[in-house]
Amino acid sequence: MNPDKLAHMANQIARFFESQPGDQAQAVADHINANWAPAMRDTFLAHHAGQDLHPLVSAALPEIRGKG
Amino acid sequence: MKDLIIPDGIHGPKLSDMGTPAKKGAPVTLVIDGMDVTVPEGTSVMRAAAEAGITVPKLCATDMLEAYGSCRLCVVEIEGMRGTPASCTTPVRDGMVVKTQTEQLQRLRRGVMELYISDHPLDCLTCAANGDCELQDMAGAVGLREVRYAPGQNHVETRAAEGPNPLYIPRDDSNPYFFYDPSKCIVCMRCVRACEEVQGTFALTVDGRGFDARISTGTDDFLNSDCVSCGACVQACPTATLQEKTVEEIGTPERAIITTCAYCGVGCSFEAQMRGDQLVRMVPWKDGKANRGHSCVKGRFAWGYANHGDRILHPMIRESITDAWREVSWEEALDFAAKGIKAAQAKHGKDSVGVITSSRCTNEETFLVQKLARAVMGTNNTDTCARVCHSPTGYGLKQTFGTSAGTQDFDSVEQVDCAVVIGANPTDGHPVFGSRLRKRLRQGAGLIVIDPRRIDLLESVHMGEGIHLPLRPGTNVAVLTALAHVIVTEKLYDEAFIRERCDWEEWSDYAEFAADPAHSPEAVEALIGVPAETLRQAARTYAAAPNGAIYYGLGVTEHSQGSTTVIAIANLAMMTGNIGRPGVGVNPLRGQNNVQGSCDMGSFPHELPGYRHVSDDAARAVFETEWHTTLDPEPGLRIPNMLDAAVAGDFKAIYIQGEDILQSDPDTHHVAAGLAAMDCVIVHDLFLNETARYAHVFLPGSTFLEKDGTFTNAERRINMVRKVMAPKAGLADWEATQALANALGAGWSYTHPSQIMAEIARTTPSFAGVTYELIDRIGSVQWPCNETHPQGSPVMHEDGFVRGKGRFIRTAYVATEERTGPRFPLLLTTGRILSQYNVGAQTRRTENSVWHDQDLLEIHPHDAEQRGINEGDWVRLASRSGETSLRATITDRVSPGVVYTTFHHPDTQANVVTTDNSDWATNCPEYKVTAVQVALSNGPSDWQELYEAQTKLTRRVEAAE
Ligand code: SF4
Ligand code: SF4
Ligand code: SF4
Ligand code: FES
Repeated sequence: MNPDKLAHMANQIARFFESQPGDQAQAVADHINANWAPAMRDTFLAHHAGQDLHPLVSAALPEIRGKG
Repeated sequence: MKDLIIPDGIHGPKLSDMGTPAKKGAPVTLVIDGMDVTVPEGTSVMRAAAEAGITVPKLCATDMLEAYGSCRLCVVEIEGMRGTPASCTTPVRDGMVVKTQTEQLQRLRRGVMELYISDHPLDCLTCAANGDCELQDMAGAVGLREVRYAPGQNHVETRAAEGPNPLYIPRDDSNPYFFYDPSKCIVCMRCVRACEEVQGTFALTVDGRGFDARISTGTDDFLNSDCVSCGACVQACPTATLQEKTVEEIGTPERAIITTCAYCGVGCSFEAQMRGDQLVRMVPWKDGKANRGHSCVKGRFAWGYANHGDRILHPMIRESITDAWREVSWEEALDFAAKGIKAAQAKHGKDSVGVITSSRCTNEETFLVQKLARAVMGTNNTDTCARVCHSPTGYGLKQTFGTSAGTQDFDSVEQVDCAVVIGANPTDGHPVFGSRLRKRLRQGAGLIVIDPRRIDLLESVHMGEGIHLPLRPGTNVAVLTALAHVIVTEKLYDEAFIRERCDWEEWSDYAEFAADPAHSPEAVEALIGVPAETLRQAARTYAAAPNGAIYYGLGVTEHSQGSTTVIAIANLAMMTGNIGRPGVGVNPLRGQNNVQGSCDMGSFPHELPGYRHVSDDAARAVFETEWHTTLDPEPGLRIPNMLDAAVAGDFKAIYIQGEDILQSDPDTHHVAAGLAAMDCVIVHDLFLNETARYAHVFLPGSTFLEKDGTFTNAERRINMVRKVMAPKAGLADWEATQALANALGAGWSYTHPSQIMAEIARTTPSFAGVTYELIDRIGSVQWPCNETHPQGSPVMHEDGFVRGKGRFIRTAYVATEERTGPRFPLLLTTGRILSQYNVGAQTRRTENSVWHDQDLLEIHPHDAEQRGINEGDWVRLASRSGETSLRATITDRVSPGVVYTTFHHPDTQANVVTTDNSDWATNCPEYKVTAVQVALSNGPSDWQELYEAQTKLTRRVEAAE
């Protein structure tokens, strides 16, 4: 899967949660964990370096579940 | 057989007619022909008699229309009343004593009939309506035995004594489905009234008066008039003046089976009227709760595709997509398909395969396809084309209300005081709902339309002032948040409702957010292109209405902020207390017939049937026990992710039932690349669709006429689909899926779809009470249907939200990345029209194409002039994804800067132009906004020509031996 596209999708999710109350980074991670297949999360985690990530996405990284 | 045969179906609906519409009111008791009858106040004497089993002769009355009282055949005697009143226009009163049959009445009725017959042809034996004609029936009923008038002036003969008869008007055959033969018309006005009262189009009028009166479309013929070919007038006509051509060709039907339209999300019920196993006509079923006896041109007339010569009736396989197709047995095809899937999984892992369920197929079929993925293939890689239309509805309504469904039934529209229509075009997309809404608008309900384009609904005859917010495409969230701003800051919200039903803290947070001056109409008017005052007026109108209802369509969901928009809609309904009773609510208008059902049935990769997340251990346990297997707790891939994975080499085989992703999904080049990268593409469809050019296995599908099952319409109504003929390719779709599963070792043994529904009911709480027996008994049922709602639920969230407290969520506007600039200065938005359906695979194969033989690009006169474009010119439509060519039409329905087209024809390739932008939460593609440029061109683009050539190459079928 194309890592650029995944980063783009993650940024879009972050732009929704950036205006929400509560723990925004956790919300981004929760959304990704609930909706992305594991393969997508793995690819994303493996290739996030160098991507232009929204700060909330960067903050969410530790909470995104990769290969267990 | 589970066919439901209506008692007097032989005669069709015309004889089971109660004469005037049912009324609601206090009980009134009267005596008719010595019998006590109790009916609601407001009922006509005619209907009261019919309730008692007494048929009063009638011609101009029918229970689909208000009484009109012109033929005077229905006269009765009423004690204490002078003369002989017409029973259709006389309301019942307590203690009334009525006689329906006396010598005087008999004489009067014969006199009436004699006059009618004197100006009517006497060719009954060869007439298309022979046996199905109310004039004929009434002549018999009143005992007409002679006609004493000498032949004179008439409308019947082609010639009079001196040359041609000036009163004779020849038959009009211009409509492909019905004819109009004025020589048989008795001027009962039923057609005119049906067009007005039922359909709301007002296409028919009467020319002339008295003996000279004639029904007219006001134009040359039906085809070139305002007529939208809904057929309501044909159904209402008591004679063969307006008649289906199929009845003329085949003869009158002899039995009827109740079934459900397979086109749009309204889900109209029909009588499939049959002669032998030949379908004669489809007549909307009066007891159908979604449509109440009405339909549109698609459901009533456009079923000819079922017999179209393009249908593929044999399974086919090929090693490579450049090979010609080879017709094989079902066994060989399934074996080949199963090998393809197994090989992919052996080499690339279990998640290298997936399925796509269809929102056109039945609930039972969809359930099996996702079960095939989860339980047999062992992957959650299942998705549905509902992804590309209503997945944001799923997300948004689940977050706010707790479940992904419209809150009302369609009857609810009869109590709406203010209808807000957002990003939908009901008169074209959901025509029967459009007609029902128009009826309510004629009764005085207000209308607010939020859409870039001036839709026809705003032009409804006899409605009050409508408010139109012609927003810039892509700014829905800004508009809806501005409406919330007005409601919050002007304190128009329903505090009592919010306190009782919603989470107060979340509301306070939302109110604070919405009240920010940055969200005021004045702050956003430049962005959205609608004057602040109009926005304020719209907000006040909706908030002030006793019953405000929101109806929305794909213009809401198919955006990068689709899910946020759905949330904003839910917020508005909650803050104004417009939830939980008839006449209000949030109503997604679903595109295809079974979008609701395919979502309910667990088609999405992250949700098991009943919208339970795959990570929910309790929900998984239910299915693991039922299916004797373990299920993956992690979400699978969605369609766009499957395609991405395929391009990356990780996804190798797919089974696609009843969908054409190459035509319906955005960014055609990307879809094509994904499909081309797979080793085994299995397409299960009626026709060699566009996707099939990349397929290795083709399994022939069955139409809705060829199988049993259920569809769930936009109001959560589970309607029965009943088999009226045997599957032409041998297997109904659910049988084919079962056979494929068994070729993969599943060992399934369903013998009837009712067993699949039983499995759904066992595993899915909102369907717990649903059985075929219940649907047969009460006609249809709206989920949730369980112990607390044994007959289903017309209105949801009546006493509390499914999730408990309603949840307000902030809705900040985020601009789409699809922005106009110097290269692509215009915004393209897309939609659909009445006569065609979705990608058009069915409707293009019917006579409906006389109304829409190509897709056109609508462009504002100003933009057209700048580019030197004239009406009908070929233009090139280009975006950053690709380009295509089509013809332009110039109209001010679209604002300057906006262009619009439909996507019904494959040659247009509109999705070559749409981009892969998508909704942030669900990846629903952003069809409704694409930055484009338009310029004059000479004809089809290179891609279109290449595609055409490739079509020929990939569609070859080897000659059978
Ligand atoms: S066309 Fe049929 S329905 Fe219309 S006025 Fe004539 S007879 Fe009546
Ligand atoms: S077919 Fe429908 S729209 Fe056309 S004239 Fe008849 S009722 Fe009116
Ligand atoms: S297409 Fe829709 S409105 Fe038309 S008949 Fe079918 S279900 Fe009804
Ligand atoms: S049926 Fe009553 S007047 Fe025609």
